[in-house]
This record gives sequence, C-alpha cells and structure tokens, in this order.
Amino acid sequence: MNKQTKNFHQAKWDEPVIFELSNKGERGILFSEIEQEIEELIGDGFSKLPKNMIRQKPPNLPELSQMRVLKHYLRLSQQTLGADFNVDIGQGTCTMKYSPKINEKLASSLKLTALHPAQDEITVQGILEIIYKLDLFLREISGLDKFTFQPGGGSQAILGMASVIQAYHDSKGESEQRDEIITTMFSHPSDAAAPNVKGYKVINIYPNEDGLPDVEALEKAVSNRTAGLLITNPEDTGIFNPKIKEFTRIVHEAGGVCGYDQANANGILGITRAKDADFDLCFFNLHKTFSSPHGCGGPATGAFGVTDKFIKYLPVPLVEFDKDKYYFNYNVSNSIGKVRSFYGVVPAILKAYSWIMSLGNEGLKEVSQIAVLNNNYLLKKVLEIRGASAPYAKGRHRIEQVRYSWENLYNETGVTTEDITCRMADFGFHMWSSHHPFIVPQPFTLEPTESYSKAEIDEYIAGLKRVVEEAYENPELVKSAPHRSVIHKINTEALDDPAKWAITWRAYLKKKQK
Amino acid sequence: MSKKKIVHPYIPNSVPEIKAEMLEVIGAKDIEELYEDIPEELRFRDEMNLPEPFPSEYDLSRHVEQILSKNQTCQENISFLGGDCWQHYVPAICDEINQRSEFLTAYAGEPYEDHGRFQTLFEYASMMGELLEMDVVNVPTYDWGQAASTSIRMAARITGRTEILISKTISPDRLSIIKNYCKPVVTIKQVEYDPSTGKLDLDDLKSKISAKTAGIYFENPSYLGCIEDQGQIISDIAHSHGALSLVGTDPISLGVLVPPSNYGADIVCGDIQSLGMHMQFGGGLAGFIATRDEERFVTEYPSRLFGITTTAVEGEHGFGDVTYDRTSFHDRIEGKEFIGTAAALWGITAGVYLALVGPHGIQELGQLILQKSQYAMKKLSELQGIRIPFNQSSHFKEFVLDLSETGKEVNKINKFLLEKNIFGGKDISDEFPELGNCAVYCITEIHTKDDIDSLVQALDECLNEGGDRQ
Repeated sequence: MNKQTKNFHQAKWDEPVIFELSNKGERGILFSEIEQEIEELIGDGFSKLPKNMIRQKPPNLPELSQMRVLKHYLRLSQQTLGADFNVDIGQGTCTMKYSPKINEKLASSLKLTALHPAQDEITVQGILEIIYKLDLFLREISGLDKFTFQPGGGSQAILGMASVIQAYHDSKGESEQRDEIITTMFSHPSDAAAPNVKGYKVINIYPNEDGLPDVEALEKAVSNRTAGLLITNPEDTGIFNPKIKEFTRIVHEAGGVCGYDQANANGILGITRAKDADFDLCFFNLHKTFSSPHGCGGPATGAFGVTDKFIKYLPVPLVEFDKDKYYFNYNVSNSIGKVRSFYGVVPAILKAYSWIMSLGNEGLKEVSQIAVLNNNYLLKKVLEIRGASAPYAKGRHRIEQVRYSWENLYNETGVTTEDITCRMADFGFHMWSSHHPFIVPQPFTLEPTESYSKAEIDEYIAGLKRVVEEAYENPELVKSAPHRSVIHKINTEALDDPAKWAITWRAYLKKKQK
Repeated sequence: MSKKKIVHPYIPNSVPEIKAEMLEVIGAKDIEELYEDIPEELRFRDEMNLPEPFPSEYDLSRHVEQILSKNQTCQENISFLGGDCWQHYVPAICDEINQRSEFLTAYAGEPYEDHGRFQTLFEYASMMGELLEMDVVNVPTYDWGQAASTSIRMAARITGRTEILISKTISPDRLSIIKNYCKPVVTIKQVEYDPSTGKLDLDDLKSKISAKTAGIYFENPSYLGCIEDQGQIISDIAHSHGALSLVGTDPISLGVLVPPSNYGADIVCGDIQSLGMHMQFGGGLAGFIATRDEERFVTEYPSRLFGITTTAVEGEHGFGDVTYDRTSFHDRIEGKEFIGTAAALWGITAGVYLALVGPHGIQELGQLILQKSQYAMKKLSELQGIRIPFNQSSHFKEFVLDLSETGKEVNKINKFLLEKNIFGGKDISDEFPELGNCAVYCITEIHTKDDIDSLVQALDECLNEGGDRQ
C-alpha cells in the first residue's frame, strides 16, 4: 500500500475577487418579460411606490456572463479542500464522515425542494412521515422520548436545552434563584456560551490529571442556584467519562436538569445511551454522526431530544401521527416558543433518515465500532511519531477521537501546531488544533470516523511523519509553510486592526484609498 | 431478509481481515475491549428497534422516493404562499455550485487549503454589502429570526440598555424566536401599527420610547407586505433617544427599494433564502446581519466575519477571520453570544445568485414582482366580498386579503383552492386576529398572468358557490 506522501499541489487559479471580473453590460441571467396586458393595466410598477422608497441607483454588483460566473465559482471550489477529496481525519470533533451521494440526490428531488412550509398538512404527508420516523429512530438511539429537529446546528440545540431548562424552573417558580449552568472545559465552547445568552452564570469544571471533569469540583459547584448541567461525553479528548451517571445524580439531587451534548455520538451508537446515564435532554448533530454534509459550515441540524417530563417545554410545532395521518402539534403547554423558523433544516433530516435506513441496528453499531477501531489504530500509530503525545489516560483506549499534543516537538524544534497545520495543507490534509482555551499545549485533534480505510489512515500518518521529519531536519521549511497550497501565509495583523480590516470589497476599496 | 454478513459500502474497515490486522496493531483481542471505559451499567445490550435497513442503494432510493412521492409540491400546483419562505426562481448554476463536493463537504479548514471557502463567503458579504450599502456583513447565521435576535442583542450591548421596541407587524414566528432568545436579558415591548396603512404608529412609538430603549426594530416590507416609508422618521426618533434603528428586510426587494442604510438604519438583518435557495419546506433559510464599519459594531458581532488581507507573497490576496477574539470559539466565557455551524453554504449560493443577476437583473426582477403583485391585487380586489386592508400603502410581493365579507373562512377557501391545484395564501386569522379572516398572498416573478388569472377565477367560483356558508 501507499505509505508515501503524495506529490500534491492544490489548485491555484489566481482567481481575482469577483468585482475585478466585472464587464459593464454582461449578463448572467435574464428574467421573463412582463406580459403586455399586465403592463397596459398596471404601468411600470413604480408609480405606486412612495418616491422616497424607490432606489435610484442600481446596486454596484459585478456584471458577468453566465459562464464566467460558473468558472469563477468552480475555480474557487477547487481551492477548497472538501471531505470528499482528502483523508479528512484531521478535523477532530467534527466527524468528517462520508455523506452518501444518493442522499444528496434524494434531497434534491422537487418532492422536497419545492415544498413550502405553510402548505396544507395533507399535501406534505411524505416529508412529515420522514420527520416523524427519524424522531422514532433517535428515540431508539438515545432512549429518550421525543425529538425536535428545529435547531439549525449543535449550538442552537444547546440554546434550546438552556431554554428548556429555564422554562422548567420557570414553571416551578425557581428560575430566578436557579441562575447557574455547569459545564466542563472539554465540552464544546457553546455549552458555556449559549446558556450565557439566556442570562445564566456559567461554571466551568476543569479536567483533573486523568483528563476527566472532577467529581469533587462538581460537588462543590452544585447548590440551590444550579439550573442544570450541559456536558459532552466523550469529551474532546475522546475519553469516556465513566462517572457520568454520578454527574447526573449529583445535579439531579441539587434540583438541576441534565443535558447531554451528543453532537458527536459517532463512537457510541447502540453502545450507550443518554437514558442509561439518566439524562433529561440530549442532542445529536445530524451533520456529524448522521452523515448530512457540513456545507462549509451549515446548513445543519441539532436534533434535540427530551424525556417525557420535558416534552411540554419543547419548541413548536411537534410532528405527531394519529395512526391515520401525520400532523403538526402546536398544543405544547409550556413551550419555549421557537428557536428557528418552521421545522428546521429539512434536507438534513431527510439525509439522516436515509443514512439510518441504509444501515439499521447492526449497521449503526458497526459504524461506531469501526470508528472506535480506527481511532485506536490511529492513536497507536501517532504515538510512534517523534514529538507527538496523547495527554491523559495513558495506555488506555479512547472512543472516537483523541486530543494530541505537539508539546515535545515544539520544545525540541520550535515548530508549533499552527506551523504543522500549514505544512499538512501542502500534502492535501487538514490538521485542526483544538477548541479554546488550549488546555493541552500545542494541541491537535484527530478523528478518523468509520469512513476511511486502513490504507487511507496510513496515508495520513505518513503525512504527519513526513512533516515531523521536516520539523526536526529543516524547521524553517515547516514554519514558512504553506508552499503548495492555494496561498501563502496570511498577514493576520490587518484582520485585527480597525483601520485596516475589510469585511467587504467596498470597505477594502475605501481603506485602500486612504 | 437474509442475515448474511455484509461489508457495508460506507464502512471499509469492516472487512474481517483488516479488522483483525488493526486489532493486532492496537494489541486488543476484540473491539469490545476498546470500550473498557464504559461501565457495564451504562452499556446498552439490547437491539435498537429500527426497521430492517436497505443496504442496497437501489432499494434505499426506491424506499425514500416512495415516501417523498406522497408530497404535493409548489411545482405541481400554483402556490401563493409566502411569509418568511418564498418561491423564487433558482438559477441552475446556484444548484451546480452548492452541490459541488468541494463546497458541500468542506467544513472548518484553514485560510490556505480552504481559501475558496473564505473567498466565496467574503464575496457573498461584499455583494450583500453593495445591495445593502453597508460595509460589514456576516457569514450567514441560521435564519432571519436568529439574525434579528442577534441584532437586538448587539443593540443592547452597544447601548448598554435592555429594552427593545418591536413593530407589531413582525412575523409571529420570528417574534417567538426573538422572545426566547432575549429572555430574560432583554425586555420586549411592541409598537402598534396604523390599521389603515399597516405602517408603524409613530405616536405609539413616541409614547413608548425612553432612555431605557436600546433600539427600535421594524421590518420593511413587513410580514403583512406593506412598504414602510417612514423609515427616516423612525430612525430619527430612535437616535434622538440614544437608541439604534434596526431594520429587517427581504434583500430581493432592494433592486427597486431603497436599502435601510439610506433611511438611518444602524443594523440591518433579514433572510437570504430568496437569493437562490429552494424553499425545502423551510430548510433553505439563512440569516444575514449588516452594519457600518465602526469598531463598536464590528466587535459586537458573534458571527464569523471574513476579511481580505495580504500574504507573504507580494500581490497575493488572502482571507481570514476578522477580530476572531470576540467569538465564543476563542473565548467561551466572554465571547459574544455563541457561534457554531449555521448556514454557510447558503451564503455561497446567495453570492452566486447576486453575481448572476447583477445590478440590472436585480432591478428588473424587482420591477417584475411589483407589476405582477399589483396586477394580482387589482384583479383580486375586483372580486365581490374581497377587500385589501392596507391598500393605501404600497407593497412589494406580499399583501393581505381580507375575506371576512365572503362569509367563508380562509381555511375553507384554501381547501376549495387546493382541489383546483392552487395553494392559497397563508392563513393569518390566528396570527392577526384583529384583522379578521385574512390571508397573506405572495406573488413573485415565477407567477404568470395565467397563474394569477386562475387564482382569481377559482376564488370567484369559490365565493359564488352556494351552500357552504358558515
């Protein structure tokens, strides 16, 4: 098998910013002519508008022919390293798995794309069936009792959890007193940030020397001010917290509600469930574990589930079935209202449904088992690389991902995680560091999922080895990377300077003139 | 179905020999051993009660298509539904680009290997900036509801105040999102609208605005379809009280309508679904937020903001995150609100759309919509028993039909229309009970004169049909 690094070079089109391609008079698309009868009856359409509301000068958009627009975007697409192109195990925590093309095809059907959300229920029985059945599937996977797909991503699902926790305490008249949410430093940043939006004071539990959140610290943190716990497991380290049930017990005894961040549940499908650890709430990211594509950062879905006791707080509408037809239920007594318009990112729901229907009970378990196998194989191989380490849980196995460290490499060569990331790009790989703060020094996080073959994992490892060899032999080569990517090292100083930053082309032109 | 052991096409290392080889490298006897950290009491040892799967792609496709076939679409029928999700024409290139594997499956790479992602989103923001005449536009958030919610929270932080005034003509769906997002930090007060024009009631605004007000939020065109021409007056009132002017807008209207920045808006938000996204049962929404390029605004965005910069090589453009430190990715405790996966692919698509339509296309499109919607309003108002409540105001693509005098409820009328393969306007009789038995109708460039005439004829039939009165 190929264990050598490829002689890769990314596409480099030197494609200008689209405004620089504009040629006065060119057109990318034409619309229908107005019918003569309408024009005769109505006139130009402007006469009815208030004078002060008529735009006098057309917006300064670029003018391009259709093929030039296409070419521009195709070139820019080639300058984007999608998961379909690389061995995408370098974006740990993101669960970069294969998003099956059949699901894209199905979701592109006019039977889905041409549905308006306010259509009569009778006309949308097919899509309601899919929403309802995916709810049933996720109930099986989590052990919880009802799901909504309204949140448009994991962070919005966390906001949903924090909102439900607040509504629950509201209903008991305790929401003012219970103003604290507890989370852990190796949970996703939004587990702290989203409850903050809801006015919560957030207590962050730091990991102990084993990398796990400290039970004693939790015991100290809970009080009659505790509204709830929002926690990821396995955390970013890939270590499963074996005391998770103690966490829920402690928080429940303090009167709090427990929310499980299962955004990435890729290693535990059919292995362990939110219900088994006594969680009241949980969510899954359909764009992670359940294969809907990441789309450069959405559209996405945070599928949000609750136990029976909390159904009455969920956002409306819920999708129900009365043995005859599927329907929307707006009759949810203590509903938090809405977190996103309508019913969520419906194509992602369809793709997740289809993915589960391709795999079934055994297939889902196989997904997780192979994801865990791949991860532990990768762990073994990475630890053989000079300068790499995997803090915490020495000698133990991990679930679906590992947060590694280049600390030794940095101490020996001065080469940082960021430098290695840039150099990995020269070989067509991603290598992501970590969520902030960097508790693990010089961190990097790898998650091989079930999608990549052993040969591909070996290829990634060969890439890491090659870059590490370079770091020891010729650190400057790594520090000045990338060399074979689309562009060279960017000037980040300008991005933090109000006098220089330019978030649009018009701002850029103004500042350039000065 | 047989229970023979398969190697699923999505799971290459299911091959038994490979599995064994990898286990040997790891030094584990089986995969079960890798789960050693999960205590037995947490282990789920049952089967998940899931249907028999369809590992064959053909079988799977048949199965899903068969379910989807139960839907009746806006393609097979004539739809006049609007209200936060709209049927516009989607140019073929929009789909071509957002289905590209490169964009579809990329996520969070660096400014180097994901240069294209950064450039397309910078260009999207830049073209939106031209449409809005504002210098800062974010990488898209979930939808208009989120964009409005964040605009409000930004206003509260910028002014150090905790009360927001919101026009009562706002979409109830959106108001519900805002209420949840603001609770309990920002208090919401609603401002009345003039029942004859649908525009904001300025006297009510003046009576409610105070030194506590962080901002006034209104939409233009409103959910009820009316164009608000008092924008500058409203902004002036806000500013004279030290509050900000926040405006929600449908960007596809801005080829013909003045952008809110021209009438004093400080923060502008809305949805880009109309710019090249299919409706997808509401799945095509994505929100934008725009402001002037002032530090006090820029540093309050929770969103990603992509900026253009130089690189180590003379003359080369690069792109990266502007003021990343303000985000919750950088600081989970002090970061502004939160950031996560939202709707970037729709931002790229809206960029493609704006590049295709250009300055003249967006204007021609707007004019087409104005003419068609005015034609529909004229024809519909000629029907016996149908009234157009805010006919003193002008409209863009949506307008309210009052069907009270017909003696038939909107849902009954819509059932009748459905039999004629027409999806009637959105029933708002529950959302706006004060208006009575009303529906919001939406006309866009996709409607032909024949489509509109069919609606008029069907409604005429419905209203003249005997016996069904309640």
